[in-house]
Amino acid sequence: MSQETPLWEVFIRSKNGLEHRHCGSLHAEDAEMAMNNARDVYTRRNEGVSIWVVESTNITASSPESSGELFEPATDKVYRHPTFYELPDELKHM
Amino acid sequence: MKQPIKELNPKFLESTQNKEHLINYLLGVADNYLILGQRLGELCGHGPNLEPDIALTNISLDMLGQVRSFYQYIAQLRGDKSTEDDIAFLRKEREYKNVLLLEQPNTDFGYVIVRQFFFDVYNKMFLNALQQSADETLRALAFKGIKEASYHERFSGDWLKRLGDGTEESRSRVQEAVNDLWIYTDELFQTTTADDAMIEAGVAPDMSAFRDTYYEKVKELLTIATLDIPEVAYFQKGGKEGLHSEHMGFILTEMQYMQRAYPDSKW
Repeated sequence: MSQETPLWEVFIRSKNGLEHRHCGSLHAEDAEMAMNNARDVYTRRNEGVSIWVVESTNITASSPESSGELFEPATDKVYRHPTFYELPDELKHM
Repeated sequence: MKQPIKELNPKFLESTQNKEHLINYLLGVADNYLILGQRLGELCGHGPNLEPDIALTNISLDMLGQVRSFYQYIAQLRGDKSTEDDIAFLRKEREYKNVLLLEQPNTDFGYVIVRQFFFDVYNKMFLNALQQSADETLRALAFKGIKEASYHERFSGDWLKRLGDGTEESRSRVQEAVNDLWIYTDELFQTTTADDAMIEAGVAPDMSAFRDTYYEKVKELLTIATLDIPEVAYFQKGGKEGLHSEHMGFILTEMQYMQRAYPDSKW
């Protein structure tokens, strides 16, 4: 396949009840081929029960240059995390 | 309509001749998987790009998984000390019973796909029919294999359509592969003495009954792929009787090297 073969993102649901998670990308000419390729490349060790493929160009990604304005304001606002509560000892797994 | 399964008479295998026929029949089935698996294995790391490379080696591993079960069953039937490995690696060329189609070389991606497709259509029909075998082990093996066989057919059929209905170059190359490999298709439906005995006993499906359906299916897909259907007057045969093409010796040399150089070596 040539350089122009479109790139696809692959999402796999590892078992029923869990969400689909991004697991990687691959090249394919169309959705049908992307599905077959995803099955062969990403589920051959019994990783999944469901596959989503989406052409990478359909994803709008945030730009690394704007990470300052998008994310940094949140870094010094610790009060947004619910960490100031006294938890009773009986409460586990928080 | 599925026929009710006729169970094999438990005394059937007490006859040495029946057992011999069953073993030879099973070799005919299993060697197809072994040789195709070996051919596809040669492509590991050499596929046109990452995705089909992994897909083809996946299919290779499916074939080797399938063949192991058959060889284990043969070893069990023999009842001597031979193992699946002995059967796979220590026979001479004439003792392999695979069809000629599957030993044909990986000339290019077109040949790989056409060879695969010609076999996959057959294999899916075969495993479907084998699920009605009078032999319990074979029913189980067929049931286990049918799902992956269906995927193989989907994979090779999909690629055949893409190559045929693709660019001028992909079309001419895949057409050449179809023309070259067509003469090997009829052998899939030929039977040996052992096969006939097993068909008679209800152990083996009579694949000659599926010949017309097979060619209809293959021709239908070739038409969708905008490819021409070859017309030949004479089909090649011989593999099932152990008479192989010039390629077979090279396959065995590579495949058997480790066991011949280091007898009884293990992983």
